[in-house]
Amino acid sequence: MQQPNGVAASAPLTLDGEGNARWLQRRQQFSAADASTRAALLASAARGVRADVVRTIRSAGLGHIGGDLSVTDILVTLFEAVLQIDPSQPAWPARDRFILSKGHCAAALYATLASCGFFSRERLAHFAAPLSPLNGHPNRQKIPGVETNTGPLGHGLPVAVGCASASKLAGANWRTFVVLGDGELQEGSNWEAAMCASHRKLDTLVAVIDRNRLQQGASTADTNELEPLADKWRAFGWDVQSIDGHDPAALLDAFTTPHPGRPRAVIANTVKGKGVSFMENGVEWHHKVPSAAQVEAALKELAA
Amino acid sequence: MSKEAPSAPGLHDCRVAFAEELIAMARLNPKVLAVCNDSVGSSNLVAFRQEFPDRLVNVGIAEQNMVGVAAGLANGGFLPFVCAASPFLTGRALEQIKADIVYSNFPVVLCGMSPGMAYGELGPTHHSIEDLAWMRAIGTLPVIVPADAAETRAAMRWVAASGRPAFLRIGRFKVPSVTPEGLGFELGKAVTLRDGRDVTLIAIGTLVSRALQAAELLAAQGVQARVINAASVKPLDVETVLRAARETGAIVTAEEAIVYGGLGGAVAELVSQHHPVPMHILGVPDLAPTGSTEFLLDHFGLTAEGIAQQSLDLLARFRKS
Repeated sequence: MQQPNGVAASAPLTLDGEGNARWLQRRQQFSAADASTRAALLASAARGVRADVVRTIRSAGLGHIGGDLSVTDILVTLFEAVLQIDPSQPAWPARDRFILSKGHCAAALYATLASCGFFSRERLAHFAAPLSPLNGHPNRQKIPGVETNTGPLGHGLPVAVGCASASKLAGANWRTFVVLGDGELQEGSNWEAAMCASHRKLDTLVAVIDRNRLQQGASTADTNELEPLADKWRAFGWDVQSIDGHDPAALLDAFTTPHPGRPRAVIANTVKGKGVSFMENGVEWHHKVPSAAQVEAALKELAA
Repeated sequence: MSKEAPSAPGLHDCRVAFAEELIAMARLNPKVLAVCNDSVGSSNLVAFRQEFPDRLVNVGIAEQNMVGVAAGLANGGFLPFVCAASPFLTGRALEQIKADIVYSNFPVVLCGMSPGMAYGELGPTHHSIEDLAWMRAIGTLPVIVPADAAETRAAMRWVAASGRPAFLRIGRFKVPSVTPEGLGFELGKAVTLRDGRDVTLIAIGTLVSRALQAAELLAAQGVQARVINAASVKPLDVETVLRAARETGAIVTAEEAIVYGGLGGAVAELVSQHHPVPMHILGVPDLAPTGSTEFLLDHFGLTAEGIAQQSLDLLARFRKS
């Protein structure tokens, strides 16, 4: 991976003006495009993020590649087409909030943030490096675009409920999106938050579940069965959409159609390791690091 | 040297001062919110809810969600006061306090209501003798134990203006006024309430007035005790504590908390590394038996007589002249 010239791993992250300008152009292009062009634009952006994820994890020697690859289309759709944000003003009060509750997929988030210009893509080489702002889990004090420090699982949804409550209390209409893992839903704090969000009618809140059906050691079904999952969210009073988590049109629809009076849960059915054939659905790819040969093979597939 | 006599005679439930101060702050600052876990009554938030119905965020019996929600509200620009019984706030939501509040650095005021053994007969599940040790272990989170109503108000104002998170104990067990009139509160600053050269009594919260009474008992026996109110448990007032160690040569700490890792632990960490002197850590030794708060304080020797006796024993043990 290209090492940034003379930039120390510990240096603060700063706006990548050129990257941000390219992202703005893509957003404008996207608004004006028809459905099939939109799908092509998102697919292209996703390929770029997946390739950056593979390179980043190889370079750092650690990471959660399977989950990074399953969540990529969700992240790309949000950042390329949905979120009302401004990377040049990460603290803009009326910004949409995005929270990665499955914080171990930090590499995917960092690659996505870099593609918007929050910071330079070259800094991805500093993922998990000593004293780097790009820690193994996201840190809002070090990384523009990160709203809260996640990692322990079960934390992002309660914080998202707080953000959505703040929006409502302020009489604002900015939205809050939070992405969770499916194994993560085994943590009880999520269900406290789900009950609360529905009670408070937080219809600016969208929770996206990266339903790749695997967790660290085995499938979710063999560990602690989550099904019937859509029924559970409905029982808690949420609007529920079950979709293909790799279909940009379906993701866009789920993220943008209104759901008045209730929060929305998007169960995005995904494939862990998506995009790299020998990683797909492999439980070992939760946090295995690809070899140099595997990286080469992966990048070849992603470029195709 | 003793400071001017404190005001407001009688005994006070600090939650009353807390509730009044919160309302006063909310009138001036539209960003002030209260966040609670069904504890509207026990957190004294009834009047707050009456005046600001939209600004009380009650999430029900769900402490982990409560703290996460407070972080999100702070992210959205508000100044949340999280109000819940201290055992449940600090125990149930410990990881949320660590990750969502302290590590994420959101300016949230964590108010541990009715701490120590304030819930007396309800038993150890409802006591928070561990909260000081748990909170002290999390990064640089300030840990504040006001001694009376005036100090409760002053500490709340200080934390709200600081722009950083903090943990405050808000007492329920009625206490007399002990802090000097109009003194205010400053993080990292202890207040010497009585001077002395023979032994130092460092106390917090419910034990401060008892330490002052203990000093009177000791004076009658020719022992002059210095009494320090260390309301800022973390960070501790290094200068005042080390000066007391140097000038008096013996320290007794007194707290309504378990004897591991609280005020006594904080003072011992400092003194043992910089100016070791004989110490006695007075507090709660274990999960309590059944009894009212008053009974349990007596049962564990957390009284003026108990403090005085432990001081004399300490001096005798180390043959200090």
